Amino acid sequence: MTEAVKTPKIPPEEQELLTINGDEAVAYAVKQSLVDVVAAYPITPQTIIVEKFSEFVANGEVHTEFVPVESEHSAMSAVVGAAAAGARAFTATAANGLALMWEILYIAASLRLPIVLAVANRALSAPINIHCDHSDAYGMRDSGWVQLFVENVQEAYDTTIQAFKIAEDERVLLPVAVNLDGFFLSHTLENIRLLPDEKVHEFLGGYRKVPKVKVDYFDEEVPLMLNPARPLSFGPLDLYDYYFEHKMHQVEAMKRVPEVVREVNDKWYELTGRKYGDGILVPYEVEDADIVVTVLGSTAGTVRHVVKKLRREGKKVGMVRIRMFRPFPHEELAKLLKDAKVVGVMDRGISFGSYGPSFLEINTALYDYKEKPLLVNYVYGLGGRDAPPELIEKMFEELLKDAEKGVVENKLRFLGVRE
Amino acid sequence: MPAQTLPQIPIKKGEPAYKLWIFEPGWKGELPLILNLRQMAEQKRPAILPGHRLCAGCAAPIIVKLASFAFRGPTIVVNATGCLEVATTIFPYTSWAVPWIHNAFENSAATASGVESAIKAFKKTGRLQWDHVDVVVFAGDGGTFDIGLQSLSGAAERGHDFLYILYDNEAYMNTGIQRSGGTPKYAWTTTSPVGTVLPGKTQNKKPIADIMVAHRIPYVATATPAHWLDFIKKVRKGIEVNGPAFIHALSSCDRGWRHDTSLTIEISRRAVDTCYFPLWEWTPKTGYLLTDRSLAIARNPKLKQPIEKFLEIQGRFRHLLKPENRHLLRELQEYVDSVWEDLLNRAANAPR
Ligand SMILES: Cc1ncc(C[n+]2csc(CCOP(=O)(O)OP(=O)(O)O)c2C)c(N)n1
Ligand code: SF4
Repeated sequence: MTEAVKTPKIPPEEQELLTINGDEAVAYAVKQSLVDVVAAYPITPQTIIVEKFSEFVANGEVHTEFVPVESEHSAMSAVVGAAAAGARAFTATAANGLALMWEILYIAASLRLPIVLAVANRALSAPINIHCDHSDAYGMRDSGWVQLFVENVQEAYDTTIQAFKIAEDERVLLPVAVNLDGFFLSHTLENIRLLPDEKVHEFLGGYRKVPKVKVDYFDEEVPLMLNPARPLSFGPLDLYDYYFEHKMHQVEAMKRVPEVVREVNDKWYELTGRKYGDGILVPYEVEDADIVVTVLGSTAGTVRHVVKKLRREGKKVGMVRIRMFRPFPHEELAKLLKDAKVVGVMDRGISFGSYGPSFLEINTALYDYKEKPLLVNYVYGLGGRDAPPELIEKMFEELLKDAEKGVVENKLRFLGVRE
Repeated sequence: MPAQTLPQIPIKKGEPAYKLWIFEPGWKGELPLILNLRQMAEQKRPAILPGHRLCAGCAAPIIVKLASFAFRGPTIVVNATGCLEVATTIFPYTSWAVPWIHNAFENSAATASGVESAIKAFKKTGRLQWDHVDVVVFAGDGGTFDIGLQSLSGAAERGHDFLYILYDNEAYMNTGIQRSGGTPKYAWTTTSPVGTVLPGKTQNKKPIADIMVAHRIPYVATATPAHWLDFIKKVRKGIEVNGPAFIHALSSCDRGWRHDTSLTIEISRRAVDTCYFPLWEWTPKTGYLLTDRSLAIARNPKLKQPIEKFLEIQGRFRHLLKPENRHLLRELQEYVDSVWEDLLNRAANAPR
């Protein structure tokens, strides 16, 4: 949901209006972000990002080195090399490609490299399927990346630029994944507003600035990069005597992410007139709601539409869109949910033999409250299965019944699947 | 963190932190300015400093040291997972006097692609402090012949400007001597043990350097630490060409090959003398050219030694010297001969 600020620094008429899809929006954002190295490999529904960006390169519109690698594993490996050398680096993928990157996702995060990755969310094989679900993103949740989910094409553009700002903040220094739903956003045209190039450069503070660190064999602080003048070793063998402490650095960095995401969201609002909740959670009609549904990604639009309709019918329902999945905003979300009677947690993915990943998080978030809502997990939309308003309405009706009964019999429900 | 006792690295504004090339910047000659190994070792700081924990007698650090003498200036090193990486950088220590990155096992060529691309982007936007920063990769045979072949082939096809030095100890040594695509036929390893039915590895070594030649990159060569001047010159050429260069360096491993720690250089010498590991270089213009001792053998075939000379000082081939395995030895000799003949036919400077 975007709300308009009264006087953004760049009024809408100075923001170029373009009709583009989500992938193109990401490509434009990368183009404006002074990215030094883009390494990527084609996979539907992400491919348009790379194609569009290749055009910018072919036309000399960017200084970026484009590395058309031979696999996603190499895409992530190359951006790790580039970022370690001090570059601003970007890659994009989906599903199987993200799965192939898995090993290097952990390395990127552990080396504290502020890489930005766009994921056009898609179901994982087998059977092979090219359509949207969040199983790919859920698969990387433990890798140490910040994970943001966008709702629409405008947000895909805005968030990609914000992601560089968040990743490179010295309080963070972690890679950031921007998730946009495959096809629903990657291939859907929307009218969006783009900032002038120089405003984006200004917002990001120009080219990437590498932080300085103190290393005991240099007298002065040295840039944290592969620098022939101040040689550092990246990625050494690190055994039981230090590894654990290094993991703690990542734990601490994750703790500092929310404040930075909020600040960036606020700055973006002043600049453009657009904001996404507090940057972390986007609540809608939750204050007095008996039933609250949580959701990630583009489905939030449909849920909001249904909430609006049910509210008109006098039903006390609401919604929270989770924009930041990692780090997970347990406390903030619990505050929004704790007074509801029933919370329905929508997951476009499942951990086989368990529940949907956001359901597990929300259970954890609410555990400490004495008085807490009943919880139901709705797994929906796997492999791109549509989630139309009627289906969402059916879900709300079930939840309203659960609220009446005061008990939940079936905690794990599958929405929109044939019996 | 304990205080480190690394040698002081002199830093002057605008100057690189170290000087390790024996070809001074701008030097155009064929031979380095210092031709004496002792002098070189005394006067130049190699990229790898003392105190690393590679085994006594390991050829890998000798290869790195010699290679670094040929660096021409600011250089970034990428290292694949393996003995060299593990034993030179046990946190909080590092043996590297140059900026160094280890990413993973199979992706050193992709990582180098990224580093090189970053350098290019900096140069384009006037953010590079130097005229040029070279990128050199060191990777083992497992990380090159097997799991890393895709990333190497991809980077070679894309034409990134880096030198890839394979230190080939002919097995996965870091994980405890398992066979790789680089292990020669009939060698014992822990996953190709000599049993009552199988006589060690039953497949031949993959011709990795020829595979790189097939990519038609600007420079490919073979080398050993024993033929040090030949090696240093080749490294220098590999760095100077624009685009990918590949050097296949034989790197004896006393643990895996089961040889005395004092025999490292002797074994490398014998590998060349028996034509088990011929020395050559290749460029798209010149084709194959024999170098150093291999050129001498081609000119004077009497110098060629029987394969036993290479095998007899290594425990991994011990079974081949038993009377009942004479036929295997003969087969191996025939294989080595056929590969050597093939090379003689291709080498432009071999006598006809
Ligand atoms: C993806 C992956 N698979 C397996 C390993 C385990 N591993 C680490 S080092 C190594 C062997 C390295 O062998 P080689 O490349 O020949 O180098 P060497 O140790 O012999 O110098 C293996 C198998 C790993 N680190 N990563
Ligand atoms: S095991 Fe072999 S390759 Fe590894 S350090 Fe020891 S001698 Fe060198």
